[in-house]
Amino acid sequence: MTEEIRIGVFICHCGINIGGVVDVPTVVEYASTLPNVVHAERNLYTCSSEGLESIKAAIKEHNLNRVIVASCTPRTHEPLFRATCKEAGLNPYLFEFVNIRDQCSWVHMHEPESATEKAKDLVRMGVAKAARLEPLEELTSDVIPSAVVIGAGISGMTAALSLARNGFSVHLIEKEKEIGGMLRNLYRLYPTDELAEEFLEQRIKAVKEHKRIALHLSTSIKAVEGYVGKFKVILDENGVEKSIDAGVIIVATGAQEFEPEGLYEYGGERVITQLQLEEKLKKGDLDWAGIKNVVMIQCAGARGEVVGYCSKICCMNGIKNAKLIKEAHPDINVFIAHNELQAYGEEYELYYRDAKKAGVRFLRFPLERRPQVRRSDGKLIVDVFHERMQLDIPFEADLVVLSVPLVQNPDATQLSKMLKVPLGQDKFFFEAHIKLRPVDFATDGIFLCGTAHGPKDIGESIAQGYAAASRATIPLARGYVHSEPIISSVNEELCVGCGICESVCPYGAIEVVETEEGRRARVTGVKCKGCGTCGSSCIRRAIKMYHFTDEQLMAQERAAVVTEVIS
Amino acid sequence: MAEVKIVGFLCNWCCYAGADLAGVSRFQYPPNIRIIRVMCSGRVDPVIILDSFLYGADGVFVGGCHPGDCHYLRGNYYAEKKIEMARRLLREAGVDPKRLRLEWVSASEGERFAKIIKEFTDEIKALGPVTFEKEAMEAACLAAADYRLRILATKERELLEEGNKYGEVFTRHEMDRLLDDLVREEYEAKRILLKLKEPMSVKELASELNLKPNIVLRLILDLKRYELVDLHEIRDNTPTYIAREEHAQ
Ligand SMILES: Cc1cc2nc3c(=O)[nH]c(=O)nc-3n(C[C@H](O)[C@H](O)[C@H](O)COP(=O)(O)OP(=O)(O)OC[C@H]3O[C@@H](n4cnc5c(N)ncnc54)[C@H](O)[C@@H]3O)c2cc1C
Ligand code: SF4
Ligand code: SF4
Ligand code: FES
Repeated sequence: MTEEIRIGVFICHCGINIGGVVDVPTVVEYASTLPNVVHAERNLYTCSSEGLESIKAAIKEHNLNRVIVASCTPRTHEPLFRATCKEAGLNPYLFEFVNIRDQCSWVHMHEPESATEKAKDLVRMGVAKAARLEPLEELTSDVIPSAVVIGAGISGMTAALSLARNGFSVHLIEKEKEIGGMLRNLYRLYPTDELAEEFLEQRIKAVKEHKRIALHLSTSIKAVEGYVGKFKVILDENGVEKSIDAGVIIVATGAQEFEPEGLYEYGGERVITQLQLEEKLKKGDLDWAGIKNVVMIQCAGARGEVVGYCSKICCMNGIKNAKLIKEAHPDINVFIAHNELQAYGEEYELYYRDAKKAGVRFLRFPLERRPQVRRSDGKLIVDVFHERMQLDIPFEADLVVLSVPLVQNPDATQLSKMLKVPLGQDKFFFEAHIKLRPVDFATDGIFLCGTAHGPKDIGESIAQGYAAASRATIPLARGYVHSEPIISSVNEELCVGCGICESVCPYGAIEVVETEEGRRARVTGVKCKGCGTCGSSCIRRAIKMYHFTDEQLMAQERAAVVTEVIS
Repeated sequence: MAEVKIVGFLCNWCCYAGADLAGVSRFQYPPNIRIIRVMCSGRVDPVIILDSFLYGADGVFVGGCHPGDCHYLRGNYYAEKKIEMARRLLREAGVDPKRLRLEWVSASEGERFAKIIKEFTDEIKALGPVTFEKEAMEAACLAAADYRLRILATKERELLEEGNKYGEVFTRHEMDRLLDDLVREEYEAKRILLKLKEPMSVKELASELNLKPNIVLRLILDLKRYELVDLHEIRDNTPTYIAREEHAQ
């Protein structure tokens, strides 16, 4: 036998915020006539300690098993009222919120009668839903106290060290034979001009020596299963398959330089990229004797030419290499052809001024008329359009250096699919929220740092490495994760295993599995975020979305338009 | 004049927050809308939308996050296709699809929310209270629950962008035609199903529903194949059919 439904309705005056427009006593009176409502009262401020006490008292006195508060917005006050219900021994998911302030009294201030009618309707809708609410239990699961960090560039090494120093064991996965990432190829680093090799050396040493960091070199990720707290990562380590359990995952796979095939006469020894230049500077195998003029071309392939975005590091990087050449060889002419230079912040501005002082010359071109490189009588000519004079000025060059953008690694697409985390428009990994959650993925337990997330310099990559480690420490240190029980669930009798639900779920929370009855969809509760998209897509309407069930929403929607009471 | 009734489904993270902000900033709008909170616009099932109309809503508003801003990444993309599907079904049921509106409103667009609701309310007021044949809307509800239309609504974007499994990409035009045909067919099939609470012949159905007999026959054979309809009896050499009880409600 089902339990009798006993609803209590608490209508808030919110001082004069609601009470000044909506006729609250009339709404209370109306509420008490609705089916299943056994108690209705009004409070000056339902959220005050007095108001909360009276909810608790009424739950006891009237033996309420559903509570409705009609007041402000669930977005700010739902946690409070849920907690109050819980204190009084009522399952917090048997609470329903009705918004009669933000979406009624405040927006219909000059129509008190209509506002009162609307408030009644909204309460009726709330009652219709409340009668159909079900108790739900919060989900908890344990967290394995170790991390997988993918990519051992500067950001991944930073994150790994930070986690290891906090006492967690870390598996650092690197597809190359050596750790260090992009920095292994670089010569000197802006803005300090220190040697990249020296900068890396001490950090590599710290990583290699740390007893809680296990390095996996020449290793690729083959598969990822599980969810926050209980990931299983399958590795291919030098041809040997290994499986690792971890509570969290950090993506630090970096980026690579764009290859400007077919642009600016690229190719050979005399039209090269900044990275190729740095490799030569590092090895010291550039023949300076034949070089009198160096022209660097900024934004090559970027900002609308091939990729749409600005690669952010190339201005400073161009300035750096121009300055280094000029300082070492004062008699060589070094030009930087640019559209606009970004040397943001005081330190970078000073660095730019140093380059100017050293004699680097800056040429500005409009983006619609980028420089052209041509060969004439065995010579390289760079035509740079001068905007004020409206003509191309030819510069003879013995070496052309293209400042090309950082682009995503080609295997990132595969990785994003394995991890079920998204790539953005520019193919870089996409964070959960640009301001509020900059190093989180929307999927719990997976974090992000470095140039895998988009072009950035070493300082920023390191800061993100620390940030990702600190975010990852939260579940690791706590040892368990809680998740809301507002999740979907599959009625296996109706499900035909078509997989439509699996295809729409952004979190891989619902998957088709083989059962004794055949293929059926199954939900992993902790992974599900409760969006409900699978439910409205399911071809058999076999999915129930807890707390927002079809039945509940239809009861609300019908109660919105049908004034005779539907019980 | 009777006031029009509007049901609104707003996603928790953007549009609902935008509606709250309209309140906090005291932007006024007409009181006809009754708002229901859902976690994501992707949750809003066409069946629920059409059911709102069936029960007497004169307009339905669905509000989600701007493309790219959905808290669950892609829910609003799916919502868009579901709403289009619901609009097609409304048209079949003889209801102006303008009565169903989808908008993207961010949490910071309180003023815009108020403006949109005012505009939409005015539009519905101008259209007046909704009228339709009850059976027509019931058929639309049933069609929205049908698996074929649900697959198509979910897979449409993929078929347009990535093509089918042979890599053949549909053009917008081809997709529209496919959708129009399929929606009409499903809708007519459901109308037949509803009529077949009583046994009827193909000819009778054709004249009742104003359809060509060969189309009715084809749809009936489909319904039979899916075990929704049975042969009832042969009356004067003419077969009559009846719906299986559980399917015609
Ligand atoms: C030419 C050039 C010059 C630069 N000069 C400067 C400078 O002077 N100053 C400055 O501040 N910044 C500079 N930068 C930027 C700097 O290189 C980056 O900020 C930095 O390398 C980012 O570090 P990261 O760890 O995020 O990525 P990376 O250094 O790219 O490291 C990523 C690591 O992940 C590994 N990896 C990738 N995919 C996988 C996978 N699927 N599985 C396992 N491992 C994987 C890679 O092999 C690599 O080791 C320069 C960049 C370029 C291109
Ligand atoms: S969409 Fe529905 S029927 Fe298809 S697999 Fe998922 S739950 Fe099962
Ligand atoms: S409700 Fe959303 S998150 Fe949960 S399984 Fe369905 S689609 Fe995935
Ligand atoms: S959360 Fe707003 S549309 Fe998905």
